Amino acid sequence: MSWINLTALWKIIVFGLIAGAGLPALFASGLYTLSWGPKTARTAGADGGADSDVVIGGSVVGMVLAAIAFLIVLAAIGWSIYEIYTLGHPATTTKK
Amino acid sequence: MSNDTVLVLVVITALAFDFTNGFHDTGNAMATSIATGALGPRTAVAISGVLNFVGAFLSLAVAATIASGLVATGKVTLTVVAAGLAGGIIWNLLTWLLGIPSSSSHALIGGVIGSTMAAAGGSAVLWHGLVSKVVLPAVLSPIIAAFVAACGTWLLYRITRSLTEGARKHGFRIGQVGSACVVSLAHGTNDAQKTMGVITLALIANGTVAKGSNAPVWVITCCALAIAAGTYIGGWRVIRTLGKGLVEIESPQGMAAESASAAVILLSSTFGYSLSTTHVATGSIIGTGLGKKGAEVRWNVAGRMATAWVFTLPSAAIVGAIAYGIAYGIGGTLGVIIDLIVLAGIAGFIYWRSRGSKVDHNNVNSEWTGGVAPEPVPAETAAA
Repeated sequence: MSWINLTALWKIIVFGLIAGAGLPALFASGLYTLSWGPKTARTAGADGGADSDVVIGGSVVGMVLAAIAFLIVLAAIGWSIYEIYTLGHPATTTKK
Repeated sequence: MSNDTVLVLVVITALAFDFTNGFHDTGNAMATSIATGALGPRTAVAISGVLNFVGAFLSLAVAATIASGLVATGKVTLTVVAAGLAGGIIWNLLTWLLGIPSSSSHALIGGVIGSTMAAAGGSAVLWHGLVSKVVLPAVLSPIIAAFVAACGTWLLYRITRSLTEGARKHGFRIGQVGSACVVSLAHGTNDAQKTMGVITLALIANGTVAKGSNAPVWVITCCALAIAAGTYIGGWRVIRTLGKGLVEIESPQGMAAESASAAVILLSSTFGYSLSTTHVATGSIIGTGLGKKGAEVRWNVAGRMATAWVFTLPSAAIVGAIAYGIAYGIGGTLGVIIDLIVLAGIAGFIYWRSRGSKVDHNNVNSEWTGGVAPEPVPAETAAA
């Protein structure tokens, strides 16, 4: 008799990393590209602007990349919720 | 042997447990967001309540485990279920009083195991199911969550290292709200399920539904409502310990922690593992402390929690067994009623004790002074 379902375990670790660390990292990357451009005070070499909390820098490329990143994150969350729903409601073998 | 009066009492008690589960666990999703100011305390618990409600409908896998994977359903009577619930509720309330984020799941499972053993001996417990689907996941999940959260935290700080403090905080606060919402949803999928499983167990024991049935829709709805209501009341004491007592959290850490928790909980739910969302959330928060250079983890607080965790299953089991003994000794329906009156009495006492050191949405974010309730500050100098 197996005490640990090893397949489940590695799946949880791997997908856990991808979703639990990867998605936030993608979000962070979006924040990073969003900060490209003249309007943000970046820590390297900003004079007197280091107190600002402006995130959006104004670079168009940056904003487009950020939008893509954020959309992927949202899509991933939406997809996972959908997956959970279908897995958790097995196609009825029992009558409702 | 069917007894519908007792069944009704058991269902009410189960929903009461679900309610305590709600406020015990609000912190798992929302403590980090409340601590960093990403969400106001009352907004946070309102959102969490709604999402818990929705999440409860998402997946039925965990209810199945509780209803049939842990005890031999043939040996379970209504009295056993009632006593088990009593054990779970009392342990949940005690740990809430002390502000210890302990596992409501384990409290419930412990209580049911204890009362089952008192009624039918050790052979009625499916030990293999217990170890492989409850105990081992309980040990492994916080470690996995901590690992994922630590990696996430390290990545987040690294990727945004060129942003100013303020910009980082601003951006990640938004991220925090999103991730906290997903955890609330995840909590609904995992925790409301447990009570559904117990109620289904009771229905089976009473002969109202057939062995092996899924939870009926009215059960799902009531459990969803109970846990949402409990969430909204907000276990401020536990929120405080998680948000302030364990690690002083910044926004990126908050997001990393909640994302790690959400991922681990959701993935495990789909496998039918009844996880402790509390263990996972705590593991994640500690992980973010480890993933950020210079962050402080208050290991004494963590140690207190770990001790409580180890004791939860057996303690709830003992209370469950005692509760069963009382009910069985008195016998019949009266026995169950006496049990529940004693339970109500103890609950009332614990609540009365908690008024002496009140924690609510006003002081949940005050500086940590070593104990759950913050040291009272003279009125003129008290900040928001």
